[in-house]
Amino acid sequence: MFHPITPAHYLVLSAALLTIGTLGVLSRRNIVVILMSIELILNAVNINLIAFSRLHGQVTGQVFAIFVITVAVAEAAVGLGLLIALFRNKETVLADEIDLLKW
Amino acid sequence: MTDTLFFYSFALLTLAGAVLTITRRSAVHSAIWLIVSLLGVAGLFLLQHAEFLFAVQIILYIGGIMVLFLFVIMLVNLDLAARQARFNKAWWLALACGAAVGAEILYFLHRGAGAFRLGATGAAPAAAGTGNVEQLADVLFSEYLVPFEVASILLLAAIVGSVIMAKKRV
Repeated sequence: MFHPITPAHYLVLSAALLTIGTLGVLSRRNIVVILMSIELILNAVNINLIAFSRLHGQVTGQVFAIFVITVAVAEAAVGLGLLIALFRNKETVLADEIDLLKW
Repeated sequence: MTDTLFFYSFALLTLAGAVLTITRRSAVHSAIWLIVSLLGVAGLFLLQHAEFLFAVQIILYIGGIMVLFLFVIMLVNLDLAARQARFNKAWWLALACGAAVGAEILYFLHRGAGAFRLGATGAAPAAAGTGNVEQLADVLFSEYLVPFEVASILLLAAIVGSVIMAKKRV
C-alpha cells in the first residue's frame, strides 16, 4: 500500500502544481488572482529544484530556490505597484478590460 | 511509512489549496487558500531536509508576500470585480491545455516511478556536524557570491520601481 517516496513523486506533484498555476494565469480575469497563480508556478519550480538537490546530495538546488524566491518577491512588489497605478487610472482590475492597445 | 503519509497529506494541502485559489470568486478567499497551498509546499521542503527554505517559505512567502497581497486587495476596490464573471472568454482553451498536461501527468502516474530515469544519485553525504543552514551559507557565500550581490541590486530596483508605480505624482 505505502510505496516509498521517490524524487519522481515530487516531480509529478510539481508538474501538477505548475499546470494548476498556468490554468489560473490563462483563465482568470482578476489581475490579483493572476499574480497569485504566478506565485503557484514559482513554487512548483522550487519543489522541483529541491527534489533534485536532495537527489544529488548537493545544496546548489536550494541556493537557486533562494534566488527564485528573491525574484518572486520582486515580481510581486512591482506587479502589485503596477496594479495600484492601473486601478487609479482605469478603475478596473479585470485583465480583459485593459485593451487600449488592442485593435 | 510516516514519510509517505506526510508526503501525501502535504501534497493534498498544496494541490487542493492551489485549485481553490484559482476558482474562488472573492480575491480574499483566493489569498487565504494560497496561504494553505504555500504551507503545504513548506511542509514538502521540510520533508526534503531543506530546513532553511522551510523557514524562508513561512516567513517570507506567508508572512511577507501574502500580507502584501492582502494590503493591495484592501487598497483596490474588488467588490465590482467579484460580481462579474470570474473566467475570461478563452477559458475553454486554457482548460484544453490543462487537460492535455493533466493527461500526461496521469500517464506518468500510471507508469509509476519506472518511467523516470533520473540518473545516478551522486550523493556526497554531508560532512558530519554541519546543518542545512551551514552548508547553504558555505555555498551561497563562496561559489554564488556574485549572483547573491546581483540579487540585492534586483531587489533595490524592485523597491524603487514599486514605490514610483504606486505614487500618485512622481
